[in-house]
Amino acid sequence: MRRIVIAIGSTLTGLVLLFSWPTSLNRTVASTGTGSTAGTSTGTSSSAGTGTAAPAPTVESVTATYTGAAVSTRYGDVQVQITVTDGVITAADAIAYPNRDHQSQQISSWAVPALNDEVLATQNASIQMVSHATYTSKAYASSLQDALDQASL
Amino acid sequence: MTSPTVADDGTADHRAWVEQIMGMPMSIHVRGPGARSTGTDAVVAQVFDELRAADAMFSRWKPSSQLSRLQRGELTPAEADPLVREVLRLCGAARIRTDGWFDAWNAVPGRPGVFDPTGLVKTWAVARAARPLRELAARAGIGYAVGAGGDVLTRPGADGAPWMVGIEDPRERSRVLATLPAGDGGVATSGIAIRGAHILDPRTGEPAVGVLSATVAGPSLMWADVFATAAVAMGSVAVEWVAGLHGTSGLIVLADDTVHRWSNPV
Repeated sequence: MRRIVIAIGSTLTGLVLLFSWPTSLNRTVASTGTGSTAGTSTGTSSSAGTGTAAPAPTVESVTATYTGAAVSTRYGDVQVQITVTDGVITAADAIAYPNRDHQSQQISSWAVPALNDEVLATQNASIQMVSHATYTSKAYASSLQDALDQASL
Repeated sequence: MTSPTVADDGTADHRAWVEQIMGMPMSIHVRGPGARSTGTDAVVAQVFDELRAADAMFSRWKPSSQLSRLQRGELTPAEADPLVREVLRLCGAARIRTDGWFDAWNAVPGRPGVFDPTGLVKTWAVARAARPLRELAARAGIGYAVGAGGDVLTRPGADGAPWMVGIEDPRERSRVLATLPAGDGGVATSGIAIRGAHILDPRTGEPAVGVLSATVAGPSLMWADVFATAAVAMGSVAVEWVAGLHGTSGLIVLADDTVHRWSNPV
């Protein structure tokens, strides 16, 4: 099992590095989730993340799922989950993807806005644009966006 | 071209232009001291021209469009315009990144397998067409917002002030459920309320009904649009799914009137 966990750790390292490969220069990848202290016999106390082992009916067959720690990249968090059966990786899934975009400049200047929760009448003067599901042109003619457009024409 | 009139009420630094493209009104708002320069007029005209060109290429209704020819099998991806291939590639990426919930090959009722990128092509085109505006903004310090059928591309001006985007209540159009100070990115909403159900659940081929509307705000308008569409397609489980959309915030209105909001750090 020790060997398995080490194997998982190194594979996880590879996967994490793969998913977090920098597409822009001059930045480093966080080193969490590399499984560097993996090697315990349970696989649950390693820094590679949490894992649960579910013994199959036969003594020899063991399937376990390991979730790597999230690694922050410029494009968002990357997190990899792997499933191991009898020491063989049977599945590897990225369970969190970076929000990648070619326009890294755009991303670096994006601050996640919090929603202001108050329900407002649409007459509220502080609104400049409106987001809504697709209208017909007829519906637009009576919409708040139309009013806002008209106000600035 | 709509010719803007000069307002004399203190709003002189805020102008808007509206044109009907892709079957919907598209509006461009520009703020800041350079908003009234003739250079801005020229750049706005360029943006609208680019949007019309995208419509000519990707229209489902124009038999001569590259998309129509692709759908009829008269054109292969290899023969198509490079932009068509770019959209094909983006649709493939969107399908993977949404676990199959955004599926451009399963978006036409009763015609599984037919490629229809309509779910992302509008916001892709808006972000692409706005590039000259982006260059102008960097030079002149103006801020701009492009509204296209309820999806909004935003960029603050030199003063950094965000655009205040209201999120409409899908059940009551005269109400705004929340406001969102949007920086350099976009806010997209998908839903079933206004035009009736039109987003398919790709697993059943039937219209999705569990989510009335989903709004996603993020650094990329196109991806916000993709995620909002996927959220509508998947129904109420979208509430858990959006927790994995790092660097986004948004709001989901479920068919049972529950409103779910989130704001995920990058």
